[in-house]
Amino acid sequence: MSADIEKEMWTSKLRKGWQKNLPIEKLLPDTQPAYVASWIYLFGVATLAALGVIVASGLVLSFEGASWYHYSSVGHFVNSMHFWSVQFFFIFMVVHLWGKFWMAAWRGRRLLTWITGALAFVGSIATAFTGYLIQTNFDSQWISYEAKDGFNSVGIGSRFNVTNFGQMILLHVAFLPVIIGVITLIHVLLVRAKGVVPPIDAFNNELGERK
Amino acid sequence: MSDRRTELESAPWSGRVRRYDLIKEGVAAVVIVAIVVAALSTLFGSPDDKQVTFKQWAVAAPADFYATAVQELAGTSGTAGYGAPYNHASDGVNLGPLYLAKWLGVTHPVDTVNDFVITPLTTVANAAPVADALKQWQGSDAKTQSTWATNYDTALTKANQDASKVSAGNYGPVPALAGGLLTMAQAGSLDGALLSQGNYFQSDNTKQTLFLGDGSYFNDQSTASNLQGSTWGMMNETGRYPGQAWLWLYSFWYQIPPFNNGDNHPFGANADAWIMLIMGALSIGLICMPLIPGVRSLPYKIKIHRLIWKNYYQEENL
Amino acid sequence: MGIFHHFMNLKAVYIHWGWFQISITNLLVILFMLVLFGLALVLPFPGNKKGKDQK
Ligand code: HEM
Repeated sequence: MSADIEKEMWTSKLRKGWQKNLPIEKLLPDTQPAYVASWIYLFGVATLAALGVIVASGLVLSFEGASWYHYSSVGHFVNSMHFWSVQFFFIFMVVHLWGKFWMAAWRGRRLLTWITGALAFVGSIATAFTGYLIQTNFDSQWISYEAKDGFNSVGIGSRFNVTNFGQMILLHVAFLPVIIGVITLIHVLLVRAKGVVPPIDAFNNELGERK
Repeated sequence: MSDRRTELESAPWSGRVRRYDLIKEGVAAVVIVAIVVAALSTLFGSPDDKQVTFKQWAVAAPADFYATAVQELAGTSGTAGYGAPYNHASDGVNLGPLYLAKWLGVTHPVDTVNDFVITPLTTVANAAPVADALKQWQGSDAKTQSTWATNYDTALTKANQDASKVSAGNYGPVPALAGGLLTMAQAGSLDGALLSQGNYFQSDNTKQTLFLGDGSYFNDQSTASNLQGSTWGMMNETGRYPGQAWLWLYSFWYQIPPFNNGDNHPFGANADAWIMLIMGALSIGLICMPLIPGVRSLPYKIKIHRLIWKNYYQEENL
Repeated sequence: MGIFHHFMNLKAVYIHWGWFQISITNLLVILFMLVLFGLALVLPFPGNKKGKDQK
């Protein structure tokens, strides 16, 4: 009977895999390798922080409605928080991307970390785009008018209609943020699970390579 | 890369470590970013140029609005000749033999005659000449309607959009209908009628946006704000605010030959599709960058990593 | 509505260079990213010196 209980199930496989790859000590460690000593390491966290401000200000905007910020000065301030946090989100993310590229941070079986990061970048551009479409002002009128041709040209417009305000607001506040959230979560968990990538020359001695 | 190298680089780190408080770092980051963002919001606010309404258009540029209404009736407007996903008027753009838009079909049907002009006019109480014109239009067959509208559209274009200079001709009720729509727009009742199309709930602005874009007024506003795609407008924002700088590469292709020339075949005329394709390919390239020979070796050749890890390399004599 | 709301809504200034053009603001944003990246590379990172590191 006890042998039966020991038999692998989906649930036990998940638990064991999780415990093996991402024990709580790895998720929330006290230390980092000595080479984690550069300002460049802060840009991932900064991107995450900007995303936090985006979500918080965005939530307030969704409770008050898409037109609130046109007539309320509090609304305008919250909209401005949303606007500027998006600017910083992209600024930090791009510096983060440059940093990870020059560190070749995909080394040591970290390809998926790079891929989820790049997906987050592309996905964020799509999300920001839908945000620009639901500003309910001249800019959003123009962007939807102009962008429709791009999407229509390859048939995407048949299902993703940028001039449809209702569709765009739903995608912007429901679908796309969830996608970005999930990708980002996987990205960060992968970094924790794999540990921060060692410097390119870290193993020169072991590998008998000269710098 | 050697397998041995991958082994070493993926194994748990066994070298020196340093104390590092991830949670404190994260909380500090959120607080600092929130403060900086709040400061910029207080200083600069955010862009919010007012929306353009049909009322505004019809009041500020009545001749342009009137001529656009006639084009919608005659089927000569941009929307009327667009093709998929709005109608079957043309094949639309193509990627060589691929007519993707056409194949995916007319999923958002727009009938410029009825959706833009006739239906909105039926939702309001019109003055006698307009009401009579509507009756006359609705009582005639498609061929007659088309003849009237085309005749008038041609004559109006010849008269440089000045309705008072159009010579007499067989225009049927078309001038009265366009005049009725102008009056309606000037009164401010066209925006809602275009959106609702006689219904209650509506959240799709497609018809309004297409009609608005068929005229010159809206385009002129965009040119004045430097938002035209042909002059890097995709990256720009109204006023002096930062725009979508991350669209620089997408925007770039529209500035160079052959894509900046709409008369060039096949690329310029189908620039939208080709650029979408290029950017799709480049996005996949970014996602798969670590797999691309040459590109993935750059960090080994251009040794910026020596700067990033300068402390560690120094300490370890590497 | 932002202390410099009026200034921010004046007509934007663009730099033209042949077929290339960019608004001053976008240029500043891009320069800011480059500066951030450069500073992150060269500024010394505070923290444990070698002696205090633990094995
Ligand atoms: C939503 C956007 C993103 C967020 C919130 C984010 C967050 C993070 C965080 C917190 C880390 C760990 C700390 C650090 O090394 O900075 C990290 C690491 C990493 N990120 Fe991102 N990132 C994002 C986008 C990207 C992009 C666009 C790329 C590249 C295409 C990327 C590639 C990487 C890589 C390769 C690592 C692993 C570094 C290592 O093992 O040392 N990330 N990211």
